[in-house]
Amino acid sequence: MSRPVQARRLEGIDKNIWVEFVKLAATYSTVNLGQGFPDFPPPGFLKEAFLRALSEENHMLHQYTRAFGHPPLVKILAQFFGKLLGRELDPMTNVMVTVGAYQALFCCFQAFIGEGDEVIIIEPFFDCYEPMVKMAGGTTVFVPLRPKAPKDGKLMSSADWQLDPAELASKFSERTKAIVLNSPNNPLGKVFSRGELELIAELCVKHDVLCFSDEVYEWLVYDGKEHIRIATLQGMWDRTVVIGSAGKTFSATGWKVGWTMGPNRLLQHLRTVHQNSAYHCATLAQEAVAQGFQRELMLYGKPDSYFVQLPEELQKKRDWLVQSLDAVGMKPIIPEGTYFLVADISKFRSSVPDVPDSDEPYDSRFAKWMVKNKGLAAIPLSAFYSEAHKNNYNHFIRFCFAKEEATLKAANDILQKWKQEKTSP
Amino acid sequence: MSWYCMTRRLGSCEGSRRACNSQFFSGHIYYAGMLFASRSFCCLGVRTYQLRTDLLSRSIRLAASATMAFRPKNTRRIEGLDSNVWVEFTKVAADPSIVNLGQGLPDISPPAYVKEELAKAAAVDRLNQYTRGFGHPSLVKALSQVYERVCGRKIDPLTDILVTVGAYGSLFSTIQALIEEGDEVIIIEPFYDCYEPMVRMAGAKPVFIPLRYKNDGNSASSADWVLDPAELANKFNSKTKAIILNTPHNPLGKVFTREELQVIADLCIKHDTLCISDEVYEWLVYKGNKHIKIATLPGMWERTITIGSAGKTYSVTGWKLGWSIGPQNLIKHLQVVHQNTLYTCPTPLQEALAQAFWIDYKRMDDPDCYFYSLSRELESKRDRMAQLLQEAGLKPVIPDGGYFMIVDVSTLNVGLSGKDDKQPYDYKFVKWMITSKKLSAIPLSAFCGPETKRQFEKYIRFCFIKKDSTLDAAEVILKNWNKQTA
Repeated sequence: MSRPVQARRLEGIDKNIWVEFVKLAATYSTVNLGQGFPDFPPPGFLKEAFLRALSEENHMLHQYTRAFGHPPLVKILAQFFGKLLGRELDPMTNVMVTVGAYQALFCCFQAFIGEGDEVIIIEPFFDCYEPMVKMAGGTTVFVPLRPKAPKDGKLMSSADWQLDPAELASKFSERTKAIVLNSPNNPLGKVFSRGELELIAELCVKHDVLCFSDEVYEWLVYDGKEHIRIATLQGMWDRTVVIGSAGKTFSATGWKVGWTMGPNRLLQHLRTVHQNSAYHCATLAQEAVAQGFQRELMLYGKPDSYFVQLPEELQKKRDWLVQSLDAVGMKPIIPEGTYFLVADISKFRSSVPDVPDSDEPYDSRFAKWMVKNKGLAAIPLSAFYSEAHKNNYNHFIRFCFAKEEATLKAANDILQKWKQEKTSP
Repeated sequence: MSWYCMTRRLGSCEGSRRACNSQFFSGHIYYAGMLFASRSFCCLGVRTYQLRTDLLSRSIRLAASATMAFRPKNTRRIEGLDSNVWVEFTKVAADPSIVNLGQGLPDISPPAYVKEELAKAAAVDRLNQYTRGFGHPSLVKALSQVYERVCGRKIDPLTDILVTVGAYGSLFSTIQALIEEGDEVIIIEPFYDCYEPMVRMAGAKPVFIPLRYKNDGNSASSADWVLDPAELANKFNSKTKAIILNTPHNPLGKVFTREELQVIADLCIKHDTLCISDEVYEWLVYKGNKHIKIATLPGMWERTITIGSAGKTYSVTGWKLGWSIGPQNLIKHLQVVHQNTLYTCPTPLQEALAQAFWIDYKRMDDPDCYFYSLSRELESKRDRMAQLLQEAGLKPVIPDGGYFMIVDVSTLNVGLSGKDDKQPYDYKFVKWMITSKKLSAIPLSAFCGPETKRQFEKYIRFCFIKKDSTLDAAEVILKNWNKQTA
């Protein structure tokens, strides 16, 4: 064929950091703190729910369910999140189930972003936002979180990375259709404060902009911090699509169950995209997740709640990894949320020499060298920046700490040995 | 066409507005000025794209300026694509008093070993987390083995296969990857209803060509419905990017013969056109027929994406796993779409499917292989269904494959004029049949483009992948049919 066979919408979106790094981890890593998934199992009650569902005598759970979401699931989501959002949610019109939060994001961009539309993305960002905007024909507008120097002697916190209000305001234009908010933020672990969210909300209302609120790590907040839902702020419900994930909520990333919530005037368009792209989501996992939420609804706020226990567990792991990294000279930025943390690897630069005029950002080369030579997999922070800004913060790598103790210990051993190798003659 | 069609639909919707609980309806009510536009597509799911697109986008802009709270939000790409025949007719399935032969889902159990493999997979911790985006390694390996055998050529599991969320997801990935504005895509009518909106969502123009009944009178087999080669050739031009083929065919059950496929292949090669081959019912082929993969014809592998479905292969439609198989230079673009849409499919389901495939791959020479045993089971259901319909005075079209059967209901002379006169006959008939006979089916005009609806509006589609008790219940209704209609 003379002309390219593929459609133009694929231009510039064919590269994907995960394809490369997942392969590297699979090939070389002995300790994988790279891709974000737990290496511990989903909770027993969830696995039991799944088994019950698949072996039911009435085997109809192996067949199609309601396309926009299995009724038991949308009903419990409406009930559960209605409480948290402070409003009554109609399961049929205010909730839609998707194939992971990933597909929820896809539906948002396809439904609302077209040529001429600008989308504001806060850097660093979960990498799929940018290609999804491009595929929809939109224009990305980036605004960075800027690190403020921590107090003397203290480690940086994700809270020290902040938006400059004037800078943020300057990014809004007539063409701005949406802003993507990710709180708690992947990769930094930042949990946006009420003040920060109000800033964003005011601008959204002022400029009549939609907010795609990626809240997949909503339960993973530490140190008594509160996850605030921007949809609860003044003027925001009507312009926000809230996105959630069973994978992150219940440590079952392989189930690929996500959801969107919002006003019908927005959800109706997500439904149109969904019914013309994936249409149905797998039934069994939806049934099991519904039962998981039933349990959590009953135990909400109680010590037995998975949503209480999981962040408690993960906070310990966070602190352990922070200590581990600090001890060897990698400077961790303490995350307020998520199961990621970013560390400054400047002190380890000697292990991986600079290559002047290299196209590849330093941290990417570092991460590749590290997995190949040390067997420790992590993701370069530049993966979470736009092309133009990849070298702005190129001495950080992201670790995932949703890992068994044994895994974190093994990581520690590698780091300790590495440090010793550096310091010994 | 336009205004006439609109008023037809307006009239038809008045009566059924109550029953139409569509979420689309409540959404569109927001655009208060244009109520009739919203009703038109909530009730019927029948598409009148050109009109609807114009009217709706105008209505959105009008209403938006009137309300001033929010500007128009949705993109052009989804204009007019919101309605869907299933929304109305699957609601019916929820009513347990209705014998549901409408939507294509089995009410028979998947084979026991398939369920067992899933239980085993879910018990492995690692299999509850992300797997390889383009397809779980053990699954793509199993698929490559099965299809290497079927196609007689080497298939690379990593580059020639993409696992998707159902065959639906494969259709979407293929169309998004390879079709765009300026392209034309040939769609054979009647067609599985998603082809048209997917092509439109990609910005391209669907070009329809109907299957035409070639026999006179009596023999009614799906084989009697054929494409006119000259008519087909006329549809190809320099803009034709692809043709969508569905064999075995939904809703007719037609199994395209080698000769028929050759006609299509010749045109694809001549015009350098792609072929999107939806073969989800590939194993469900009845005696005297053979499923032939168009990708195996000379010159076709390099231009064909072949789509398959776990849901149809293993009677697990709720697993929503499908796959696209083709040459690397095409599949790589589908993979790009996939990595930017949902990234990866559920892991435990893929692992279980892989294991099920290994079990059946090993017995592909054995008649007990599920690929063949399901087909035999369905053939007897097909024959039973046909007999019941004939005894009720209906004229079924006996399918050579698939699990649907279309029936000419005009022979019953059920007078439905005066009731919702603007609707196609088959829609009225199905609604009447649901309420008065407690039996559901799907109207065939839902599967047609605007020009062909008249041709197919005397047909309705029954699904027969149903357990015996369901068919027994249908039998009771059909046997009593004449007593009540007289």
